[in-house]
Amino acid sequence: MANTYIQIGSTVTVGSGGAATIDFTSIPATYTDLVVKISGRTTEAANFTTLSLTFNGNTSANYSRKMIQGYNSSVASSGGSSETSLNLGYINGNNSTASTFGNMEVYVPNYTSANNKSVSIDAAQEINQATQAVLWLNAGLWAQTTAINQITLTPAGGNLAQYSTATLYGILKS
Amino acid sequence: MATAIEVNCATGEVTERELTAAEIAQREADAAAYAIAKAAEEAAAAAAATAKASAQAKLAALGLTAAEIAAL
Repeated sequence: MANTYIQIGSTVTVGSGGAATIDFTSIPATYTDLVVKISGRTTEAANFTTLSLTFNGNTSANYSRKMIQGYNSSVASSGGSSETSLNLGYINGNNSTASTFGNMEVYVPNYTSANNKSVSIDAAQEINQATQAVLWLNAGLWAQTTAINQITLTPAGGNLAQYSTATLYGILKS
Repeated sequence: MATAIEVNCATGEVTERELTAAEIAQREADAAAYAIAKAAEEAAAAAAATAKASAQAKLAALGLTAAEIAAL
């Protein structure tokens, strides 16, 4: 069981101009697993927007997912296959309460293995309501056997807004 | 102009650069695909809600109470 978190590179904090993508490149192959912590918001005029991830700059139809989404008392499931990026879940849009964000963790086990890569994601939005909550639980797959050395985060609409952050950690086995 | 923030994990260097033409084209294609998928999801959700309401109305017409319908 992996038990050590080591930050790789710097935490990205988006500036006032926004950013279309956040890109972690040249990820070393010296860890067991990877974790990305994200706090995101977009400039799109919507309550929420999905955030997508690609590995190694690969935008071919190699991504699949199965997710459970909860909104207040409603629960739904959905999935997809042969997609060109991995849909991580919602982050807040520009119509949501100011200074609120969608927060998520992406866990990538065995990122240097020669197998297809499985990913787990959990996400929750700050929605500033008295009785409601939003969550995503998501299992993702990247059907490629090469080691992961790049992770790119891109919102489906708009740009990542100011104060969005992303941090990459390497996990070492004990 | 849209920009990308890049963290080089080998050097620790953080750079902000303008998107390349290829990246802009990919971004536009992704946005178009997202809009289509989002519209399809919303249509499916609306259809499911309509079907659920119709089924509940038919069950009520058969004499089931709201509690009985909710228990199904």
